[in-house]
Amino acid sequence: MGGLFSAYAWSKVWDFRMGFLTGLGNTLLTALLGIVLAMALGLIFGLMETGRIKALVAVARVYIEFIQNTPILLQMCFIYYALAFSGNSIGIVPTGIIALGIYHGAYMAEVFHAGIGSIPKGQFEAAQSQGFTYMESMRFIILPQTIKIILPPMVNQIVNLFKNTSCLYIVGGMDLISVTYSFVTGEKTGGAYSPAYLLCGILFFLMCYPLSKMATSWEMRLKRKEMAAVRAAGRR
Amino acid sequence: MKELQGSLSILKNVNILAYLMKGVAFTLIISAVAVIIGILFGYILAIVRNYCTHGKYAILGKLAAIYIEVFRNTPLLLWIFICLVFVSTPKIFQIPMLGLSSVETGLLFKGIVALTFFESSNIAEIVRGGLNAIPKGQFEAAYSQGFSAPSVMIHIILPQVYHKIVPTLLGQVITTIKDSSYIANIAVIELMARTRQVLSGAWQYNGLNQVNVSDVFVLFGFAFLVYFVIDFALSMAVRRTQKKIA
Repeated sequence: MGGLFSAYAWSKVWDFRMGFLTGLGNTLLTALLGIVLAMALGLIFGLMETGRIKALVAVARVYIEFIQNTPILLQMCFIYYALAFSGNSIGIVPTGIIALGIYHGAYMAEVFHAGIGSIPKGQFEAAQSQGFTYMESMRFIILPQTIKIILPPMVNQIVNLFKNTSCLYIVGGMDLISVTYSFVTGEKTGGAYSPAYLLCGILFFLMCYPLSKMATSWEMRLKRKEMAAVRAAGRR
Repeated sequence: MKELQGSLSILKNVNILAYLMKGVAFTLIISAVAVIIGILFGYILAIVRNYCTHGKYAILGKLAAIYIEVFRNTPLLLWIFICLVFVSTPKIFQIPMLGLSSVETGLLFKGIVALTFFESSNIAEIVRGGLNAIPKGQFEAAYSQGFSAPSVMIHIILPQVYHKIVPTLLGQVITTIKDSSYIANIAVIELMARTRQVLSGAWQYNGLNQVNVSDVFVLFGFAFLVYFVIDFALSMAVRRTQKKIA
């Protein structure tokens, strides 16, 4: 079983604990900064897509369609090699942050777009009639109302982003997956497959599961509230 | 300009183009197998998780739930690495075929196994969403007509579920095609890996004795285009089926 029950294999993992921690740190750093970038891009392109300026809508659509319909691994490799072969290499972690940010930004844009689209038109009109500019009505009236709706799909995207940090492996990253793999195949450390993969899996599960659980329960609560509102409206 | 011409000449090389197109074929084969078995497995998982909740079968429901949550909250690449070690290739896949060596067919088998396990957990959640959207009255009406539990599922519920989830399932096909690129981490078989492979040898093919940034743009541009055409066509189909349902 690859040493699942062997104390020796587990001791190897323990000796390598700093390596795993470094990998975990890199994964967390890449993911967190990737999330920030994805949110920013998502908000910008989501607003562009909901706006009335046709050229900006087109730009947002092209970005979203192109990114969503090609693999993250290909995008990551493309950015990495394009920078490397033009002599502008910026390192693996920054490349990963940019690639993950751009990839998940396209999904976040759709999330923002759907969220803003779900707000009744009257809200925009009311805000405008009160003298709010477009940006002000977005900032103070519309976006705060969308948060409840966009939170669940947004958190799901964050979970996917965490999992996609594994795309760093192909260019020789030092993220959790890559560190685990180099540990189990390393000349001095190799062999302890089961404990290492189990540890890596548990760490990813601990990062992702609470988030996905939260997203699901928010979604359920939202649905129940909607149903209750529909029932209440029916009684009236 | 010389660099760009060199890069373009790589794609004009018939052998390289055939090599890349074979990668496209493998991407499609891998994804098709993973989706078809994944749908089968996903349906079973979803039904077990949803309805085996009481009595002696409750343990099965729990196991299905654990399976789904574990696979949905860990990266595909981890499962590919795990299958690399713990899945043994059956004899029929240990022979050279489809232009692959016997080692490569073994890796292909392991990669497909990992992808199938991974996607079936996602498909199970899609099916569960469909199952939960079926009004309870449908079950009650069917039972009152004397249908047995399995035939209620097969004849009454599943056809309705299928109708509801077609767009989401098609969306999952797009995801699977994209996810299949992760197999590039263990073997040079599908499009993603072959693109990288050609890039690493580009200095021999572009006639300039070194890899230039234009090679990256041309070769990856080709791969981007192929993935985009396939996935965009599918996403159009998603939209069309969505409209039909609404």
